[in-house]
Amino acid sequence: MIPLSWYLILAAGLFSIGLFGVLARRNAVAILLGVELMLNAVNINLVAFWRYGDVAQMAGQVFAIIVFAVAAAEVAVGLALVISVYRRRNTVVAEELDLLKW
Amino acid sequence: MTAEQIIFLIVGAVTLIAGLMVVTVRNLVHAALWLVAALFGVAIVYTLLNAGFIAVVQVVVYIGAIAILFIFAVMLTRRQAADTGASVNKNWWAGALMAAATFAGLAFLLQGWSGFSKTASAIPLGFDAVNQLGDALTSPAGYVLPFEVASVLLLAALVGAVYLAFNKK
Repeated sequence: MIPLSWYLILAAGLFSIGLFGVLARRNAVAILLGVELMLNAVNINLVAFWRYGDVAQMAGQVFAIIVFAVAAAEVAVGLALVISVYRRRNTVVAEELDLLKW
Repeated sequence: MTAEQIIFLIVGAVTLIAGLMVVTVRNLVHAALWLVAALFGVAIVYTLLNAGFIAVVQVVVYIGAIAILFIFAVMLTRRQAADTGASVNKNWWAGALMAAATFAGLAFLLQGWSGFSKTASAIPLGFDAVNQLGDALTSPAGYVLPFEVASVLLLAALVGAVYLAFNKK
């Protein structure tokens, strides 16, 4: 049997990689790719806790499904924003989008 | 070491390497394809956790819809996304430090937790996870309210995405 710790360490590693992507990448689409990795890491944790807890309690799987829905909504709106910004400013580099910067 | 553990180690290593490639490769189309590899690895992890339905949803929704949407967005913004300039900003080392600190902090917190090396109890005979999940999502005693709120959120996202990306000219 695989101990719970392996799943948690895998999820922590994936989350940290995604965090690096969000903090370091310049391209807005690449930042969203990092966010996807972080959401997947959270989902691994949710499903692992469902399996290693009481399997009759479906909260872990239900929350994983809700995270799927939220991720789909986030990507749809995020990429629409990126395309809209690209059309107006002709750039998708996050640091060049300084319209709101004082 | 059991076969299950060997499969987990291989899949986990592939997932982490694919994740690293997602955040480091210059070409964004390649990054999106590496994301597909990482998502497949996560789907296999779900299968190892006896969550077959979640694994199928992962393949259909994440790989079938979200990853393809990413590839479309990369191609629609290609002229600037083309490989000019650095792919990481000048504070990337601070981001790397932050990510390493997050991982170290999580690992430290987790190994101090008593349930850390717990092993799973066997699934009871005749337990149907998909049936239970459907019941939980639609029964008022379960999670019908979050389920409906999620559908409203998806509708709002649909309208918002169409409005934002619509070309007014």
